[in-house]
Amino acid sequence: MLTCKDASRLISEGQDRKLSQREKIGLRLHLWMCDSCRLFEKQVSHLRQALRRGWSGGDLPTDKQLPEEAQERIRKVLKEHSNDDSNSST
Amino acid sequence: MSISEPERWLEEHGSALYSFAFLHVRDGHRAEDLVQETLLAALKARERFQGNASLRTWLTGILKHKIMDEFRRQSREAPTPNSPEDAWDAAEARRVAENFTDSGRWSQPLTNWGDSEQDFSRDQFWSLIEQCLAALSPRMARLFVLRELWEMETEEVCKEMAITPTNLWTTLHRARLGMRQCLEKNLYA
Repeated sequence: MLTCKDASRLISEGQDRKLSQREKIGLRLHLWMCDSCRLFEKQVSHLRQALRRGWSGGDLPTDKQLPEEAQERIRKVLKEHSNDDSNSST
Repeated sequence: MSISEPERWLEEHGSALYSFAFLHVRDGHRAEDLVQETLLAALKARERFQGNASLRTWLTGILKHKIMDEFRRQSREAPTPNSPEDAWDAAEARRVAENFTDSGRWSQPLTNWGDSEQDFSRDQFWSLIEQCLAALSPRMARLFVLRELWEMETEEVCKEMAITPTNLWTTLHRARLGMRQCLEKNLYA
């Protein structure tokens, strides 16, 4: 009989590989009796969906501000390189 | 091309690139460097930018390559005993163990998350994800991100990060336990 720990491992691995027939049956039996593991299964797929929706939907993180000093420093570097570039091409 | 164009990229996309980089490398200075490297690479390759893609998408693509290089490098650094990574792993193993009782049952009841995820904004969502990723070991967070955010196939992750499938599965199991615990604590408690 699977423990919840075993079952959680199979639920997780089921996201990454094909489970064997034997593993599937064992897991199904466990899930049938175990509310917590059914919730874990839902949470794992919920997490995946939320991440993928946020990611593929182009809703990438924008929660941080590039610090002012870094922006200034990068601006200088870009300027130098743009100048190099235009000098070499003329 | 006017000289100020890359500077405009910096102004318009710098913070988005920085946020993206920070989520992956968890270090402000490293994230700043990555933004700089990305914009320099973009400057060099600007003829290759196809106007039909959005500039943000193009720049993010370049940044992703840089992040992948960094991940490869980190994953190939041999772990040394008593390294920070080593301490993380021990802490991580302990935390995973705390999820279950000695007899292998959940030690805490799980919550039904339902459909409550619509209640928060994009920035709230990502800062929460970032916070939860930061609680994982760097190695674990790397593998989780490649698999769950970048949607890489497991074979590809194993190849790029030079690890075995079994190692990846075990790590992802721990990462998911960690992420769900963190989300539950912060969101649904």
